[in-house]
Amino acid sequence: MSVAVSYTSREEIDVHRFSLGVSVGVPLLALFIQVFLPVRLSLLTVFDLPLLVTIFFAVSRRRPVPGLITGALIGTVEDALSGRPIGLNGIAKTMIGYLASSVGVRLDVDNPGSRFLMTFGFFLIHRFIYLVIDLGLVGASEPWNWGHVLVGGLSNGLLAVPLFAVLDRFKQRN
Amino acid sequence: MAVLFVQVIMLATQVRRPDNPKNSSSGGTRLIRVWAVTVFTPVERAFIGTGHFFRNTWHNYVDLHDVRKENARLQQELQRLRMEQVKWKEDAEQAHRLQALLGFKERFISQTVAAQVIGTSGSEQSRMIYIDKGSRDGLRPDMAVITPDGIVGKVKDVYSSSSQVLLINDRDSGAGVKLTKSRLQGILHGTPQGETLVNDIMNDEKIEAGEELVTSGGDRIYPKGLPVGAVTNVAMDRDNPPFLAITVKPAANLSRLEEVLVVTKIAEESPVEAQNSGLTRAADILAQRLPTVHKTEEKPGGGPSAQTGNASATPSTPKKPTDGTAVQNKQTKKAIASGGSTATATNGVSTAAPSQTPTSKTKKTGPKSARPDATKTAKPETPPPSTTENPPE
Repeated sequence: MSVAVSYTSREEIDVHRFSLGVSVGVPLLALFIQVFLPVRLSLLTVFDLPLLVTIFFAVSRRRPVPGLITGALIGTVEDALSGRPIGLNGIAKTMIGYLASSVGVRLDVDNPGSRFLMTFGFFLIHRFIYLVIDLGLVGASEPWNWGHVLVGGLSNGLLAVPLFAVLDRFKQRN
Repeated sequence: MAVLFVQVIMLATQVRRPDNPKNSSSGGTRLIRVWAVTVFTPVERAFIGTGHFFRNTWHNYVDLHDVRKENARLQQELQRLRMEQVKWKEDAEQAHRLQALLGFKERFISQTVAAQVIGTSGSEQSRMIYIDKGSRDGLRPDMAVITPDGIVGKVKDVYSSSSQVLLINDRDSGAGVKLTKSRLQGILHGTPQGETLVNDIMNDEKIEAGEELVTSGGDRIYPKGLPVGAVTNVAMDRDNPPFLAITVKPAANLSRLEEVLVVTKIAEESPVEAQNSGLTRAADILAQRLPTVHKTEEKPGGGPSAQTGNASATPSTPKKPTDGTAVQNKQTKKAIASGGSTATATNGVSTAAPSQTPTSKTKKTGPKSARPDATKTAKPETPPPSTTENPPE
């Protein structure tokens, strides 16, 4: 008799889905805020709202294919607006979407503490993937700044807790 | 894997031709960018417009209690600038005479378009902004973008009703600059951290913190003489030992840009020979030095600088090229405040005027040059004209 190994404390894993309006509207709103708010408050560029939305949808759906497609679409639109080569954020967020949906199957991702740690970790991974692509494929030379990355990870982790709580209201039980 | 593969291929097609950066967003990715910008910029424009409406309402109807004091202060400043203008007159005319003798040609800002900042790249990896003017307004790639304080960047991608501007602190940017004291020239670069550096000056040069930089005009994008910023730190370039790494603080506040000017037309013209400067009457000079003294009515044919009619009814025309950036900045501020296309002339030696010198040669056909006609003398009774008074070309 084989026993499935899972790190989750729940007996069954909740798989959620979202309405079409939420699935399209929330990422668009996140992208809009990301490009609009720094006009007045440049410090807000430390937050990566498209990444947070990617993580949220991926861990909530708990299916790798929708997770990576969500990440790919959000990242591609983000690249289109950023002026940098299209694919940098696309590839990075595709991988984050896949990883987040895989993690969502195994871990309890509804706890605020786990959400903070998960977002912090994914932010670091995202920046690392981005840097590797930037160095390897684009040829740019952006130094890895630990202090800046850690501050970004902490900021986004803290923001993820209330943001995910708000987005939980749009979940529909499968 | 297929999704990743497609994106890698897409990325590869964009970076395979680094020798031609203008085509970096061409082809298939151009369509994606156009779609994204078309979706987002109208919403951003609506938000910005709404914000400005409420803010202008506040300023226009509620926040007027300081207007009298502000007006008095501006009047005093105007008087001071007019006196300063007279002080620089002789030097400027002498410089123009020498430049004319040498067949020297200068590039002046002839026309600008005021634009509002409606968005950013939203990323720390790229320093760009979106403005609400595009190809419909005459914008094209590689046009200089400035503020009254200094240069901002250049237009990168142009869409129908919006444009993307590459800021000078982006790592892909570059601008030809010149140190004002040492007269050394270099190239201003952005860094991934958003700093601005000049790192192609040898380490045996003496450069002090606080020294200001202006555009050199060598890049053929930014007109010569525009303020760039000030040196904040000078150190050895660790990656390039014989050279210095000069950190520059931009004069324009790049993190809080609201309105900018896009230089849409640059005139290239010979400096005007100040051949009539010696014929300026003593009465005119006296009136200039004492601006509050009203000019007496002149007789027709009283000399090359004589003008008839009621002085107060005559449209004001700038006659004296100035060398102060303060005047230039105030004019640019006024141009921005007007919110429309304006003609202005900067470069530290010229002010706007509807007249055009016979020697002027603009790069584009049609519009008049903003170069003042130096063969006339100023009417001291009338204040120097604002560039906003000129109709859009």
